[in-house]
Amino acid sequence: VGGLGDVCYWLAGDTQEKEGILPERAEEAKLKAKYPSLGQKPGGSDFLMKRLQKGQKYFDSGDYNMAKAKMKNKQLPSAGPDKNLVTGDHIPTPQDLPQRKSSLVTSKLAGGQVE
Amino acid sequence: MIPGLGALTQDTLWCFSQLKGTVEIGATEADIISTVEFNHTGELLATGDKGGRVVIFQREQESKNQVHRRGEYNVYSTFQSHEPEFDYLKSLEIEEKINKIRWLPQQNAAYFLLSTNDKTVKLWKVSERDKRPEGYNLKDEEGRLRDPATITTLRVPVLRPMDLMVEATPRRVFANAHTYHINSISVNSDYETYMSADDLRINLWNFEITNQSFNIVDIKPANMEELTEVITAAEFHPHHCNTFVYSSSKGTIRLCDMRAPALCDRHTKFFEEPEDPSNRSFFSEIISSISDVKFSHSGRYIMTRDYLTVKVWDLNMENRPIETYQVHDYLRSKLCSLYENDCIFDKFECVWNGSDSVIMTGSYNNFFRMFDRNTKRDVTLEASRENSKPRAILKPRKVCVGGKRRKDEISVDSLDFSKKILHTAWHPSENIIAVAATNNLYIFQDKVN
Repeated sequence: VGGLGDVCYWLAGDTQEKEGILPERAEEAKLKAKYPSLGQKPGGSDFLMKRLQKGQKYFDSGDYNMAKAKMKNKQLPSAGPDKNLVTGDHIPTPQDLPQRKSSLVTSKLAGGQVE
Repeated sequence: MIPGLGALTQDTLWCFSQLKGTVEIGATEADIISTVEFNHTGELLATGDKGGRVVIFQREQESKNQVHRRGEYNVYSTFQSHEPEFDYLKSLEIEEKINKIRWLPQQNAAYFLLSTNDKTVKLWKVSERDKRPEGYNLKDEEGRLRDPATITTLRVPVLRPMDLMVEATPRRVFANAHTYHINSISVNSDYETYMSADDLRINLWNFEITNQSFNIVDIKPANMEELTEVITAAEFHPHHCNTFVYSSSKGTIRLCDMRAPALCDRHTKFFEEPEDPSNRSFFSEIISSISDVKFSHSGRYIMTRDYLTVKVWDLNMENRPIETYQVHDYLRSKLCSLYENDCIFDKFECVWNGSDSVIMTGSYNNFFRMFDRNTKRDVTLEASRENSKPRAILKPRKVCVGGKRRKDEISVDSLDFSKKILHTAWHPSENIIAVAATNNLYIFQDKVN
């Protein structure tokens, strides 16, 4: 019934403001359809915690070596996509951590102008 | 067109002036420009990048021979400001990316600027050397020590001119004061102190003291599970050294007075626009998060940027902004995909022109927008290599929202979301703007007749 009400709202050619609600709600519905497990609290703490955790790289050598011993010849599960906050079952390996090296090269902005 | 008055009238035409940087093929992630800032006279223009480097351009003296060209900006100095670090204690990787550069007003022959990454603020001194001493007694011309037994006469060393050398030296390093990531620095009008703000705290520093800072704002909850908002930007008032503002991820701005309590957790003013509850969606809070806050030069207004709009607030009115400008409202129907590709979290900055009459901010597809507060006119321009011929006039661009697309319009679906203009700067008194488009820096000027 609610959906029907929304359609009628739109067809009635309501004010500019009311028409503006529809795009965001439609987008929200699209998102929830793709990710049903998306948190109940709208755009809240999950993002904030992710923001605060930026740069965190975990590696536990004890876990790593024990897992290696247990798995023997099998492949270790490697890190999932970077979006995961919690490591859970997977064990980060040294290979997962990207190499950091400082840029000792002069900035290209300083290397003469293109005009 | 009176120079110095940045009014966006029908007569204002923006022209290409300069382009710095290479074509995309040669670009690495380190080359991505992360901050742009003119100094207080506009003589110098500094950029910081993801690789931790700072490049400073200086405006050349205007020559009488080239009346049609205002002074151009040439490389003056470049240095590595920050390097990548790893905090082993916290398992934390610290990026060298320069988040912000702020200039100090010039007080002597040298230039001073603050540059910061996520954790450490540094004070850099940039100075010129154009003379060097010659004629040492104890050293020969190559600097090798001479055997005193061979010296039979004494001479007085003299200063001789040499090719201009510009040196940048780190004068102060302000470290270990931020648990979270620094998003803003702001020099106080007393020129003695400055503040640095991270997600949850704001610290006040004295330029002379690096091993101490005062915490003036702390919004960290006792229980982190109760965290609902973070600090997104902060700035000192341009004239009142006791006043500053900070913005939050919930779209609010707090103005604080340091004369009252030592810890400014209780704000003096609280700016928030009431939300229509029927408009609320999953995206509401994310798109209301303020990515930048800037005082007007006059100090009477503040401007805030959230994902879709720029708002101007009068310091005397807390319950709503006095002006709201739509930057790219057509993105409302794209929020789902913008959330999926993380673009919804992009942090756009905004700037005032010298007379506070025009405001500018970036968008996608290398578009940037200007809004004239007096005439209510706005324009969309593009930073692209195709329009990079000397003094080429920039043609206004238009995004087609629906229905028939005109020949020179671009449809929302064709916008390139990887080409984002997050950082721009406006010369303090003239119509010269610097626009950072990923790894390229564009300089535009208004047409000189």
